[in-house]
Amino acid sequence: MFEQEQAIWSVREISRYLRDLIESTEPLQNIWVQGEISNFSRPKSGHWYFTLKDTTAQLPCVMWRTAAELQLTVPEDGESVQVHGGLSVYEAGGRYQLYVDEIRPAGEGKLYQDFLRLKAKLEAEGLFALERKRALPGLPRRIGIVTSPVGAALRDILNTITRRFPLAEVIVAPAAVQGPEAPAQLAAALRRLNQFAQPDLILLARGGGSLEDLAAFNSEKLARTIVASQAPVVCGIGHETDFTIADFAADLRAPTPTAAAELATPNKLDLAESLAELSQRLARSFFGLVREQRWALQATVQTLERHSPLARILRDRQRVDDILLRVERALRQRTRLLKANQDGLHARLLALDPARVLERGYAVVSKTDGSVVSRTRQVSEQEALTVRVSDGRFGVQVKKRMKDEG
Amino acid sequence: MRDEGRNMPNKIEDLKYEEAFAELEKIVEELEGDLANLDKALQLFERGQALARHCAALLEKAELRVQQLTDGGELEEFEGN
Repeated sequence: MFEQEQAIWSVREISRYLRDLIESTEPLQNIWVQGEISNFSRPKSGHWYFTLKDTTAQLPCVMWRTAAELQLTVPEDGESVQVHGGLSVYEAGGRYQLYVDEIRPAGEGKLYQDFLRLKAKLEAEGLFALERKRALPGLPRRIGIVTSPVGAALRDILNTITRRFPLAEVIVAPAAVQGPEAPAQLAAALRRLNQFAQPDLILLARGGGSLEDLAAFNSEKLARTIVASQAPVVCGIGHETDFTIADFAADLRAPTPTAAAELATPNKLDLAESLAELSQRLARSFFGLVREQRWALQATVQTLERHSPLARILRDRQRVDDILLRVERALRQRTRLLKANQDGLHARLLALDPARVLERGYAVVSKTDGSVVSRTRQVSEQEALTVRVSDGRFGVQVKKRMKDEG
Repeated sequence: MRDEGRNMPNKIEDLKYEEAFAELEKIVEELEGDLANLDKALQLFERGQALARHCAALLEKAELRVQQLTDGGELEEFEGN
């Protein structure tokens, strides 16, 4: 027995042998394992270490940083999960372990089944029927928002409304958007908004998360509250690919909170454009009317021209045109005309000012009693008179009276 | 006092955007319809222009107002986010 030389393995050799054996066993390299997380640790390296266990066994697990970073949530001890990866041997520790590349909550399967059951039930009741959906108001004056008061969803929505339609008034009704309290709080916030704020529409929103995180929006109670809401409800929950019961019950479903705010509000630029268009129509229609009236007037004048006793006077085309021009002016530029008249009157008054006349070289001749001389017969030869010019007066004596021939 | 007459239109500066816009739309439709009275047309035109100016100013200077609904149904200014 001793003669038969038996090969002696080194520790390293046996570890390597087992490792090769396991790594070359195809079914062990692509497996899902379900269990409970324990001893979870996350050192600075960013790698995750934990043990997956069930009632009777344990399996050491490693998740490298590159894979761990892709996980939306960090698992906790006691959490029931399903992990995916491949088995290998950690030679330095002398143990086999699972190298994990994905972790998902173990409840997902059941949650999804519940989701499908509830959806089918409410659908059968007609809660999701298209004819039940209400139209959104074009210009919502008051917008209600049901969401977490501290989430990114609210910030995105407020930014979007500020950018698109700052004329709106926003009422936030805060509610937890995940956890056991969330479904009741969301429904209560919706009811409260309708009761106390009477918004024109309500946005129901939450940022992205796992199916478990979105579970609050899959409650039957919330779905029925949405359907009963007086104001139409727009849902913006999670990411594009997430569908919740609330989405189906809502009057409009948007892929994200930001998209919900966009669907709910008109764009300021579009409003400005339709306003400009309307202003144009206003001017066009008014001046069109003025033109029509002028044509009608012209036609009347022509009729008058043919039939009235005034025909002789009106036959003068130039005079007709003159009248028309004046009528049109009176209609379209009443105030300007008035002002122009005033200015003209003023000029004429200025022209009549005697000082202006003297300025032009005329003189006023008066007798000693102050009466103004305008006729030759008013004076006698040798009579002393006063002559007034623009800058003063001087005395003269009449030499000879000569009346114009005429 | 004059503005308190029964048929007096509302003061334009008190109108909300959608109210002013709706009235402007009505005025344009009226002007585009069969309207024979030029005095009336001038009145409508002038009010229409004032409404358009008001709407443009509202769009220009609007600032979003955010309030929060308390559990008790009270409205208070929204703080945070």
